[in-house]
Amino acid sequence: MRGPMQAVATKLKGRRGDSVLFEDIDFTIARGEALVITGPNGAGKSTLLRILAGLLAADSGEFSLRDHDGTELPVSDFAHYLGHRNAMKRELRVQENLSFWKSFQRSDSGEGMDVDEAIDLVGLTGVAHLPFGYLSAGQQRRIALARLLVSYRPLWLLDEPTAALDKRSDRLFADLVSRHLAAGGLAIAATHQPLGLENVRSLELSGIHSAASGESWT
Amino acid sequence: MMALLRRDLAIATRSGGAAMLGVLFFLAVVAVIPFGIGPDLNLLARIGPAILWIGALLASLLGLDRLFQADREDGSLDMLVMQDWVTLVLTVFVKSLAHWLATGLPLVLAAPLLGLLMNMSATATGAVMLTLLVGTPAISFIGAVGAAVAVVLPRGGLLVSILILPLAIPILIFGVSAAYAAVTDPDPFLPPFMILSAIALFFAALGPVAAAAALRGASD
Repeated sequence: MRGPMQAVATKLKGRRGDSVLFEDIDFTIARGEALVITGPNGAGKSTLLRILAGLLAADSGEFSLRDHDGTELPVSDFAHYLGHRNAMKRELRVQENLSFWKSFQRSDSGEGMDVDEAIDLVGLTGVAHLPFGYLSAGQQRRIALARLLVSYRPLWLLDEPTAALDKRSDRLFADLVSRHLAAGGLAIAATHQPLGLENVRSLELSGIHSAASGESWT
Repeated sequence: MMALLRRDLAIATRSGGAAMLGVLFFLAVVAVIPFGIGPDLNLLARIGPAILWIGALLASLLGLDRLFQADREDGSLDMLVMQDWVTLVLTVFVKSLAHWLATGLPLVLAAPLLGLLMNMSATATGAVMLTLLVGTPAISFIGAVGAAVAVVLPRGGLLVSILILPLAIPILIFGVSAAYAAVTDPDPFLPPFMILSAIALFFAALGPVAAAAALRGASD
């Protein structure tokens, strides 16, 4: 099975406009490990995750996924990103949404789950034929989590994954993540909720912003 | 990529989809012209191809701003942008193609009906259909660039039209002149039609690359 052995961040620095949100972020996580990013609102948790996903450019520093022999793997092919929004179309049925992502986010690092199986696993058996827009906010979030299951990618980047979830679904989410880790995956999550997982490292962003030195907008 | 095409077509044709909106707008624009101009059949036949083309151009611009914005609002755009460069360009190409199939192709198919309203001959109607068939994809492909540039703006609709209109003018000019050349005798049909085809191919190649670059730059 092809897949990254570790995710390495070196001296990451991110900023929003003129203020530096964080700098000198270093971490290394290996297979089966998770990293939880905590910090007050506005500390840059989402920005950090978007930088890791490659959606934003880091001010300096770099993040890479490495194979067991040290070759770099493209994050875009080996990572799932779950943002604040669910990436599902309200007009389409749950089944259609998930099968679309299943074939669109094909990966060569492993087999994804069947769509129905993934829906069962997030505890929503029987909603496959409903339009996504009919579901409640919590159910929508769970279907968004099911997207991570239908195509296998080793690294999960999760931004507030448990938003809108109730207590029971929180546990369900923790189970999903630990299953993923047990199968040799990696996860980086920004969340306020304790995940109840073993093998979890944590990274706290202070939320103290400093003004960017050097060039400013002129 | 077939999955993306199928998904976008499904969304466009479901309730609240953009597919019918363009055709209805096209219909409305062209149908009011005879009432405004008056019952001068010769005049209507003469201006018919131009009116049809203008109507089709405006109708294609109508839904363009939603091309990427709908995906941005529900978060899908992140997943689309999170791909390597070549796949992203291909994704934009497929999305533009789906947009054309859902909004441009119906305009081509509606053209003969509206040709009747404009008292156009069969040849003229055929020529308009053929030029629209080649010209409307060009509008969708270059429109993708405008849609990508304006994707972060909440009310980017008008901006997209204004950005795209100057680039769409050559399409209009050569489309209309080819359609006229088919019915007015000494003018050759082929040269303007060839130029129109060339513009369409050029935009099909350039549009997705430029739009992909804009999407990469716009992510926040």
